[in-house]
This record gives sequence, C-alpha cells and structure tokens, in this order.
Amino acid sequence: MDLDTLLSFKWSVMAPEFIILGVATLLSVIDLFMKKESSRTPLAWLAGAGVIGALAAIFMQLDTEVTSILFDTYRLDSFSKAFKILLLLGTLLVLVLASNDKKEDVEENRGEFYYLLLAALLGAMMMASSADLITLFVGLELLSLSSYIMAGLERQNKRSNESAFKYVVSGGIATAITLFGMSYVFGLTGETNLFLIAQTMQDPELLKHSFLLMFAFLITFAGLTFKIAAAPLHMWAPDVYEGAPVPVTAFLSVVSKTAGFVILLRFIIITFIAAPGIDSESLLLEVQPYVMALAAATMIIGNVTALRQRNIKRMFAYSSIAQAGYILVPFVSNSSLLFELIWFYLLAYLFMNIGAFTIIQVLSVQEKSNDISIFRGLFKRSPWLAVPMTFFLLSLAGIPITAGFVGKFGIFMGALGLEPAHYWLAAVMMATTLVSYVYYFNVIAVMFFRDSERTRVSVPRGMAAVLAFCAVSTILLGIMPDLALDFFYGNFDINEFFMNIEAVDTHTHDH
Amino acid sequence: MNAWLLSILIFSPLLGVLVLMFVPSSDEKSIKWLGVLGTLFPLGIALVVLSAFKMGGDELQLTEKFSWISYEVFQSKGQVSYPIFYEIGVNGLSMVLILLTAVVSVLAAIASFSIKQNWKSYFILFFLLEMGMLGVFAAQNLFLFFIFFEITLIPMFFLIGRWGYLEREKAAYSFLIYNGVGSAILLIVFVALFMKTGTMNFQELAYTFSLPQAELNQLFITKGFKMGMLIALLVAFAVKLPVFPLHSWMVRVHVQAPPAIVMIHSGILLKIGAYGVIVFGAGMFPDQFKSLAFVIGLFGVINLLYGAFLALTQTDVKRVLAYSSVSHMGIVLIGLAAGNTSGMTGAVFQVVSHGLISALLFFLIGALYERSGSSELSAFGGVAKRMPILAGVFLAGGLASLGLPGMSGFISEFMAFLGLFEKMPVLAAVGTLGLILTAVYVLRAVLSITFGAEKEMPESRDLSSSERVPAFVLLAAILFIGIYPAWLNDMLRPTLDAILLGLGG
Repeated sequence: MDLDTLLSFKWSVMAPEFIILGVATLLSVIDLFMKKESSRTPLAWLAGAGVIGALAAIFMQLDTEVTSILFDTYRLDSFSKAFKILLLLGTLLVLVLASNDKKEDVEENRGEFYYLLLAALLGAMMMASSADLITLFVGLELLSLSSYIMAGLERQNKRSNESAFKYVVSGGIATAITLFGMSYVFGLTGETNLFLIAQTMQDPELLKHSFLLMFAFLITFAGLTFKIAAAPLHMWAPDVYEGAPVPVTAFLSVVSKTAGFVILLRFIIITFIAAPGIDSESLLLEVQPYVMALAAATMIIGNVTALRQRNIKRMFAYSSIAQAGYILVPFVSNSSLLFELIWFYLLAYLFMNIGAFTIIQVLSVQEKSNDISIFRGLFKRSPWLAVPMTFFLLSLAGIPITAGFVGKFGIFMGALGLEPAHYWLAAVMMATTLVSYVYYFNVIAVMFFRDSERTRVSVPRGMAAVLAFCAVSTILLGIMPDLALDFFYGNFDINEFFMNIEAVDTHTHDH
Repeated sequence: MNAWLLSILIFSPLLGVLVLMFVPSSDEKSIKWLGVLGTLFPLGIALVVLSAFKMGGDELQLTEKFSWISYEVFQSKGQVSYPIFYEIGVNGLSMVLILLTAVVSVLAAIASFSIKQNWKSYFILFFLLEMGMLGVFAAQNLFLFFIFFEITLIPMFFLIGRWGYLEREKAAYSFLIYNGVGSAILLIVFVALFMKTGTMNFQELAYTFSLPQAELNQLFITKGFKMGMLIALLVAFAVKLPVFPLHSWMVRVHVQAPPAIVMIHSGILLKIGAYGVIVFGAGMFPDQFKSLAFVIGLFGVINLLYGAFLALTQTDVKRVLAYSSVSHMGIVLIGLAAGNTSGMTGAVFQVVSHGLISALLFFLIGALYERSGSSELSAFGGVAKRMPILAGVFLAGGLASLGLPGMSGFISEFMAFLGLFEKMPVLAAVGTLGLILTAVYVLRAVLSITFGAEKEMPESRDLSSSERVPAFVLLAAILFIGIYPAWLNDMLRPTLDAILLGLGG
C-alpha cells in the first residue's frame, strides 16, 4: 500500500474515531505530566468534550451515503452511525457519572480510567464500522482489554481485583471460542471480508460442508454471547459487576453490551444470511431453535436468579442478563423490524440502566454498602432520588409510559409479526417479565414502604444532571416513542447494512 | 371545546396532582380538601361530557384521533406501516362507566379522610389511579386501553402496600402478580391481533373479524386463532373480574387495602374485567363467544355459589363482602353467557349496580372499623341503637345487595337470570340457589351487626356529616336505578343492541 492509495481514502469517514483516538492519546500524555496529587477532573471534561465532538461528527455524517475505506474493511453506513450514537451517548453519561465519583480509592487512578474508557469506546466504534473479520476482532479486543483493566481499577479493593481477574480469564476463553468459530468461517470461504464471505456462502461447493458451517455458527454465536452477557457465557457478569467500580459496571452493562449486539448483528447477519443449511436453504432458519433456546435460557436464568440477590449490583447484573435475553428475541424472529427494535431497546436500556446505576452509585458511596437495604425509606429521605429510581425500575420491568414498555412492545411485535409467530418465545418473555416484577418491585417496596433512620442523601450536581436526563428521556420515549423512531427512520436506511458496494471489487482487484 | 372534551376529562385528575405538588406535605387539612376538590373537577367535566352525549345513537361520540407511533415493517407485500393512534371516544356503556368512576372517586376521596399519614403522596396516587380508570373506559384502541389498564395497577400497588392494614405488602404483591399475569396475557393477545390485522381500533377489529372466513384466511386468521385469542382474553379478564379459581388476590386486597381504596377497587376496577369481556369478548368474537356460552355460564354459576358459600362461613365482615363480590361477579358472567337482550342488560346493570352497592358497603365497613378497630363480626352488635343512621344505611345496602325489589340489585339479578332461564334452564335453576344463599349471608352479617346484644365499642358516634355524603349519595343512586331503571337502560340500549346484533340473539 503506497502513499497515494493511503491518501486516496476518504478519511473523513473515520472522523469520530480520530477524535476519540486523539483525545485518548492527549489524555494519556497529560496524565503522565500531571502531578500525582492534583485532581483529574479536568481530564474528565476533556474526555467529555471529545465524546461530544465525536457525536457532533456523526451527526454531520448523517447525510453521507454508504462509504467504505481501507479496502472495504471499514464502512460508514446507517447501521454504524445508528449504533455509534448509542455507544457515544452511553459513554458520555458514564463519564459524567465517573467524574462525580468521590471515592478516595480511585482518585490515584483517575487519569487511567478516562483514557481507558475512550480506548474501549474506540474499540466498540470500530466494531460498529467493521466489514472485515480482522478489524472486527481488533475492535473487540481493544474493547475487551481496556475493560479488563477498568474492572480492576480499585487496586486496594480485593473485590475489584477479583473482578478484573475473573473478567480476564473468562473473557480470554470467550475470545478463544469466538476466534475458533471464525477460523472455520475463514477456512470454508477463504475470505475475511464479511461481504465476500456472504458471496462465497452461495457457492454450491459449500453445500458439502454445511455441517461445518453450522458448527462454525454455533461456536461463534456462543462466543459472542460473552459480551452481551447472555447464556451460555453469562456467568462472569455478576462477579465482575459486583467488584468493579460502579461507573465501570455501568459501562459494561450498557456500552459494552451494545457493542456486543453490534458485532453479533454485523458478523452473524451479514455472513450467514445466505449460508446454506443442512436440510434447507437457509442456515439462519435452521438455527432458529438454537438461538431461541439461548434467548429463553438467558431470560429465565437472569430473572429467576435475580430474585435471590440481596446485593443490588448483583441483582442488576442478573437483570442485565435478563435484558440481554429480551434483546435476543428479535434475533430469533428475524423480522425486518430487527434493527430498529434492537436499537430502540438499547436506547431505552441505556437511559434506564445508567439512571439506575447513578442512584446506586450515590447511595453505595454514602452508605458504604451494596446491600439492598441502602434503599430503605429513600422516598422519605430523598424523594427526588426515589421517584426517578421508580421510573427506571418500572421501565426495566416494562410498565407503560416508560421507554422500556415501548421497547418490549416492539419486541413482541417482532416475535408475533411473522408467520409462524413465535408464541412460546413471547410467552417465555412475558412470564419472565412477570418474575422480574418481583425483584424490581421489591426495590420499590423497600424505598416506599420501609422506614429508615438514615439521613438524606446528597447528590453531586453532575450526577443530578445525568439522573434528570435519564429520567426525562425514559418517560419521554415512553410517551412519545416516535421522537426516536422518526429519527431512526428519517436518518437511517437499514438496507444499507446489506449493501455490498462496488468498492470491494475495485479495491481488491485494482491494487 | 368539544373536540378535546374527552381528553380533558381523562387527564383532569392531573390538575389535582399539579396543585398538590405545591402544598406542604404536613398541611393535612388542605391536602384532604384538595383531594376532594381534585376529584370533583373530573366529576364536573364528566357531567359536561354527559350533557354533550347524545342518547340513542349507537355510534361513538366525542371521538378524538391522533397519529401517535408508527412502525415501518417490510414484509413480502412490501413496506407496511403499523400505525398506533391515540384514539378515544364514548358509547353508552363507557359513558355510564365513566360516570360511575367519577362519582365513586369523589366519594372515595371523601372516605379518604380517615387516612392517617402521608396524605400528599396518597392523593397524588389516587389521582393517577382515577386517570387510569377514566382512560380505560374511554380508550378506543387496544394499545391505549392497555396503557391505562396498567396505569391503574401501579398506583394501586402503592396504595395497598403503603396505606393498607397489617398484611398490606403481601396483599400488594399478590395484587401485582395476579394482575400482572392478566395483563401479560392481554399484551400478547393485543400484539398478536395488531400484527395480524394491522389495526388496534376496537371497531376496525370487530369489523375485520366479522369478515367471511375466506377473506380472513388470507390474513392468516383461522377459526382456531380466533378461538385461541378469545380464550386468552377471557382468562386475562377472569383474573380481573375475578373468576374462581383466580380470586384469592382479590379477597386479600379487599381485606388489607384501606376502605377508600377498596371502594374504588370493588366499585370500578373489578368492572374493567366485565367491560373487557363485553367489549373484547362478545364485541369482537361473537361467534366464538356463543360457542363458549355454556362454559362461561358454568363459571358464572360456580362463582355465584362458591362466593356465596364462602361468604356464609366468614367471621370477618370484610371477607364476607369480598366473597360477596366474587359471588356477584358470577351474575355478570351468567348474564353474558345468556347472550340475549335480558341477559346482557342484566350483566351490565349488575356491573353498575354492584359498583354502587359494594362502594357503599365497603365505605360503611371502613366507618365501622374506624370506630371499633375491628372488622370481626363478633365485635359488633346492636349498632342500630347507638348509630341509627349508619345502621340504617348499612341495612339498606345489605338489602340492595341481596336483590330486594326496588333497589338496583334486583333488576340486574332478575334480568340476568331471566336471560339464562331462556337459554340454559338447568344451569339457571342451579344458580338460583345462590340467590337464596346471598339472602342468608347478607342478613346474617347485617343483622348481627345492627341488631342483637349491644357490644362495647371504643367509639360510637353516628355518621358525621362528611361521612353522610358518600353514604346518602350512593344509597340514592342505588334507589334511583332500582326505581327508575329506564334511564340507565336508555343509556346502554344502543351499545347493547350493537353487541347483541353481533351475537345474533
């Protein structure tokens, strides 16, 4: 690759990524030269500015057509734009949450946290734009490695160390599994470009290897469930969520999960959409029962185990497993609503989960505990925390006039929309939702029905802002979901996702 | 003004919420009076709506329709949009129930004077509950119906769990879970109907399902699908109504919730179940409904007898009334099962009549509890001597409940049974046994409280003036319907005729 080729690419496609990369590098340098005892809050501001800048860059790209650079390994399409907005928004909220975190312990590591966060974000964004197995994997690893370190940031805290270690080990295994599966895909097709793989899949020659293909699918899918914390690779979530600092937990449960769905959609849907099955023409149709079983198992495991948790962070870990199960349902039904359903649900999930984690953070810092009893009598002590928390919990439980309800309603539409309708999957989802009422409402009951002598809770201004923003968004999207849906339909054409532009041919053959 | 009238009515309780926000939470007196004023306002608007409502037409009135949410779905047919509208309107049936809601809410707000703590949050939730109830009856599509239906659940959970008696939290949870199951089934059915037909509007759905089967097959709507949907709907509303064996939560709520909330619950919320069966069951799937008539009637009779038997054996007067509600809801099912003019009329009359009677009785039980600190039958005796007005109204309410002619209870029971005797005489004959039992348990409870040896009570003042208002208003309404049922009949006739036309009876 000579300089001319390098310059011929439309680098503006990567503007948001460059901004994040630049700011992350800058942060690491500044952090290096800052005095050890000086406050790292300015770094948070800088990081925040970077994320906002990247967001602005994406909004400026909204009208751009599908573009692909670097030999079609990196594309800018509606899909990547839509999900990058989620990733950036989530990270921004996590940043505000972290910058107001007054834990002594993290203070010394402050600087690291901000550029690691941005590095993780960069990895996630790369995944959203990748059209090649290699870049996808590099993005995945960048996200994972940064997350491992972040989980262990509280160096004095045993739990945090344990959390990081468990995360590294289970993460490593999951990556190995994913890579193993991907190697079959590569071996069978001889391509790393997703669209070229998709083309090769139609080759009649591959019919002979349909068993191998099926095997590859099963393994890769299982490996990728790690990032979204779904069965079978969900076990890490409770331990890691419990030990990691709350902002990191919020990041893992929202941004990292979103990234997990991004890679799942990118890789699975594009590569396997035309893949032949063993007995039929479509592999995706044949593996439906498998995905369905995983979705059902995830919903059941998450919701049922959450019932027994006293530790609020563990409870939210299982809740987040359950939520991943809900989002897997559109995967099964595979309707044309797939993208907007997942996008909308993740958006709703972003607000409700980060909102809830903000309150958990405020309370756990003040009470120095993560037991559910920190919520005792919150309504009397601080109604302005109890009421938004109630909205977040109602939204997570999927009760109307919250964003969570609209998200769930959409998922039901997807599940029951196509022939044959997936009644039993919808029934599992509904039944486990009912189970979730018990533990979500238990928190509400503790806040409203119990009394406590504990004192009022003071909320740092930044967190109050996050809280207000999340609460308003949760309700607003519940009452007027068209705000988000119209934005989605107006700016994103999801057909672009499948569009294999000519760039593939020109670049690979000309150079 | 008229164009927005109904929306203003539905959301009018929010004004109360807004005003209460600015009242200090320790100012008990202002909050309580604002609580009553906040419910009087919706009642006023409901009366305006009533005056704008033209009697006699079977078409929807005061309709409003706005585009709300739109999903774009790509199918084999091409791009299909699945729009969800905000659409509301009233017909005779929903007009009557809205009026009932507004009236009972005011009276329950007055009854809420006995609430001892946290008045501010109590009334805020109370207003939200009222908004939900008004919305349920005015909604004209499944989505909106479901949303308002759920809006009633959440405030109820809090109202029971925070202001109830000793086992309030358990009651709140069992309320939440049972109703959760009901609404879960409801949601699946609603989404399935939406995805098959592309509409959520009641009338459009009813029209779609009345198409010939050949056309429906193209939409993948088979007879089995219709039957499945109907059964699921009936189960969902059976939880709400409640139908044996899904009634245990309701007894718990009636015993544990504060009296004012039980007035609302028994008076209106249970009626949403009946309303659902009428509008969705009989209204949308008339053919399937007819073929299930015997089963529905059977459940009706079981409810009637089971409730009555258990009411007979209870020692707690709240439980007596709770089981009496189970029993009386059986009569609604009996009337619906009959599926003819008199049966339907009886069922709907029973909905209204029981709403008034149970609100009255639970109000009086609340008043008694406040004076004696107990609701055991054995704690009372000779109440008539010290508190003649309370005892008198209580006796009158009891007589209405057992269906004394001249009271609203009589007409509804008479009509419902008249209908069933025409269609299923054997079932009806068995059912009449329940009427005798009703007389026995009501008289047992009422007489042992009002007459007999006088028992000591911590307080024995008669109904205060603020307590007399709900008591007299409800009694007057019960007598009015009993003596002059034609008014109610005129209101309901067109709606019932439309449903009966579908049922072909």
